[in-house]
Amino acid sequence: MAYPSDFKYTKEHEWIKADGKTGTVGITNYAQESLGDIVFVELPKVGTEITAGKAFGSVESVKAVSDLYAPASGTVTEVNTELATAPERINKDAHAAWMLKIRLKNPAELNGLLSAPDYEKFVAEEAGH
Amino acid sequence: MSAVEATTPIVHKTALNPVHRQMGAKMVEFNGWDMPVEYPSSGGIIAEHNAVRNGVGIFDVSHMGDIRLHGPEALFAVQHITMNDASKLSIGQAQYSAMLYPQGTFVDDVIVHRLAETDYLLVINAGTREKDFHWVRDNTHEFDCYVENLSDDFTQIAIQGPKGVNLLQKLTDTDLSAIKFYWLTRGTVCGLPNTLIARTGYTGEDGFEIYVPGDEPTSAMAWTRVLEAGKEFGVVACGLGARNTLRLESKLALYEHEISDRINVWEAGLDRFCKMEKLNFMGRGALEEAKAEGLKRTLVGLEMVERGIARDRYRVLDDSGREIGYVTSGSYAPFLKKNIALAYVPPEFSKVGGTVKVEIRGQGVKAQVVPTPFYKRPKKF
Repeated sequence: MAYPSDFKYTKEHEWIKADGKTGTVGITNYAQESLGDIVFVELPKVGTEITAGKAFGSVESVKAVSDLYAPASGTVTEVNTELATAPERINKDAHAAWMLKIRLKNPAELNGLLSAPDYEKFVAEEAGH
Repeated sequence: MSAVEATTPIVHKTALNPVHRQMGAKMVEFNGWDMPVEYPSSGGIIAEHNAVRNGVGIFDVSHMGDIRLHGPEALFAVQHITMNDASKLSIGQAQYSAMLYPQGTFVDDVIVHRLAETDYLLVINAGTREKDFHWVRDNTHEFDCYVENLSDDFTQIAIQGPKGVNLLQKLTDTDLSAIKFYWLTRGTVCGLPNTLIARTGYTGEDGFEIYVPGDEPTSAMAWTRVLEAGKEFGVVACGLGARNTLRLESKLALYEHEISDRINVWEAGLDRFCKMEKLNFMGRGALEEAKAEGLKRTLVGLEMVERGIARDRYRVLDDSGREIGYVTSGSYAPFLKKNIALAYVPPEFSKVGGTVKVEIRGQGVKAQVVPTPFYKRPKKF
């Protein structure tokens, strides 16, 4: 599975697609593969402030609970409510199954995130352990 | 002894470990064992779980331990250390039972198999293998019988699901329809003579467990032939993830969860496997006292009413937010498609239909007490 080059990535395996003012957030294909069957997603409400590097919600597979970390700070403007009833969409296509849209507080934060090739290298190393 | 030696755990591997890795299984450490948790090639935990409910799945359960007691007084030894009545077993029959501490709490749960006139096999949990063996040996000195640890001798493969019988019948001349649930026999399986074939399992389905020689080539041969034979039935390899969700839907106890050295037989609701009419057995005295005192907590089934999944060790609260108990096992249930849990609560909260809350990430999430087992297989025989 290719990692889209117009996304930025965190080492906690979230992606963000940003256009300067707003960003769309989800988890990576590597994350969904590691988690296995995803059966529950808990996301913040519209209007919630999220902070880069801090947990904003959680995702649960059959066997485990994992925190979701914000790739950038901002205000939640939209939540993908379909995931509440169909969390398996993340397994089917993690890069299409977005979780949140946010209004970016500080777009410069994105410079600290990984590019697609860097992220690919990062997960290759992580998988090798 | 150096500190490093004392703290570095040894990770055990079954003889099928290379096969699991070759199949691309996700491996995890479980009770000191490097075991497959799921096989992406099988489709993952949900697919594995439903293959067992609807067809057939196979599991490497070689991490389970095996203790053999044989000799003139083997029955008395088994009767002394287990709570079910082994004198009721015919040759070739098995029973669910447990070994208890003098306090009436659990050393472990076991399946007792009667192999021959004075020959018994206790199949025990992986995490408690060494403890159990020492326990059995130390508490059977007074009986004229041998206690042998056969845990490393076998590769144990569980073939589980309604199509399990059809699959295994292709690999043996033994008439499997003649073996009832919780009975066993010996026969040639995959060309291996004198193989123990037991109609047992830990999934809530019909199924078999076969015990083949524990060397790597024989184990790999048997595993591969079982998978080959099962192709026409859609067999998949299943890991510990599906094993856990299958046993949870069927309310089968897991050591350190529903049963432990702090939980007694009455609390765990295993009364029907505990034969107080037996003259004596370890733990009986304490159980009599506990019965007279009355239950302080009891195991109940919960189904989440509000959104959320109860997980092991989460706190259970009453409507006012007061802590009343805890979750022993909780998960999304792949066949039932519900979020279910087992929990210890005081008896006054155990009424079916009543509601409690499970604390999930600081929030009280509503759950309802439901009848258990959550899932019961359709009876065919």
